[in-house]
Amino acid sequence: MALSKIRIDSMTDAAIQSNRNLIINGAMTVDQRHDGSSFTVVNGNATTGVIADRFRVNETSGAVLTGQRVADAPVGFEYSSKLTVTTADASLGATEFHRVIQPIEGKNISRLNWGTSNAKTLTLTFYVKSSVTGQYYVSVFNNAADRTLLKGYTISSANTWEKKTITIIGDQAGTWLTTNAVGIHLMWSLGTGSTYQSNTLDAYQAGFFMAKSDQVNLAATNSSTWQLTGVQLEIGDLASPFEHEDIGTTLRKCQRYYFSRSSQTWVFNIDDDDSYRRGTEFFPVTMRAAPTVTVTWGGTPGSARGVQYTATDKVVTYVDGESAYAYYSAIVGDAEL
Amino acid sequence: MNITAAQNHNNTESGTLANIKATIDGVEMFVPIDSANRHYIEIMRQVDAGKLTIEEAD
Repeated sequence: MALSKIRIDSMTDAAIQSNRNLIINGAMTVDQRHDGSSFTVVNGNATTGVIADRFRVNETSGAVLTGQRVADAPVGFEYSSKLTVTTADASLGATEFHRVIQPIEGKNISRLNWGTSNAKTLTLTFYVKSSVTGQYYVSVFNNAADRTLLKGYTISSANTWEKKTITIIGDQAGTWLTTNAVGIHLMWSLGTGSTYQSNTLDAYQAGFFMAKSDQVNLAATNSSTWQLTGVQLEIGDLASPFEHEDIGTTLRKCQRYYFSRSSQTWVFNIDDDDSYRRGTEFFPVTMRAAPTVTVTWGGTPGSARGVQYTATDKVVTYVDGESAYAYYSAIVGDAEL
Repeated sequence: MNITAAQNHNNTESGTLANIKATIDGVEMFVPIDSANRHYIEIMRQVDAGKLTIEEAD
């Protein structure tokens, strides 16, 4: 093959390598919390503020939204994350907003060299469909929310899948963490009050902003919808085809942040008279941080039960003063960003 | 997130602090003492702001 046939620029910048998508679950294939069921969005709630895994909704206005991972997607995909307005709020207060966001862990962005003169450019690709046409914005901002880049896109046709490709230049200033905290927030605005509006587009600015003043307010009309899928964020200024992963790979990536299992697990006695019972649950993958643990207990409660040790790789549960049997029927570990 | 209760929860073997048993969005959760855990961060933020008190362990 002639050398001219080889995309040297892409090879050197990782664009044709695997594992190039900085977004986790961009095809919305994993939905551990709801498995396709709809829910009413409650802002900040670990369960009812997340559509498909890693895609979080924040709703702070008087509007009410429902979220659902649905089997409606452009060719080449099976699912999308969908928001539907069930109670409208046509007039947003200054600090009110609706948005979808994926926080990207700092450990996954260290190769970008953001905050230095070597900051790499990214290309964002996604498919979007909405009942409301008009001007929308995406943004990236850092952990401290003191550096923001706003980029606009237009939805031209109602209820039609549209593919958007957006270049995101790297920030040569500011602090972009490379720890297990948030490195980059990637955000889609669906309506933003005046406090978080800015007219500065396509350049980094100090502070935290979500859109320009002409951003559509999705919640202005009841029954409005907005859907998202095929999200890919990759190094370079070229958009490559979406990197489809096997389901096991995507699930494991998601489980670094959230783990849910619903099956019976016995908590066994560790002494002769059954007074002390302990259960050790090993997580499928090492989690980002020690997770918050929720246990759905079965059996009889004994004199006390709970969680007595949590690490990034396991949790130890206990039931004391119980001579009958003890188990839990479900367990959740939440180490979301 | 809506945190309506928080109580220190000790390791039953060692007697040392294991986690914070909290009611968050109406659900009992065990929040580790980990500054990278977002629930722990929020609990401590509300404590510092005087909006939440962590009860002593039983």
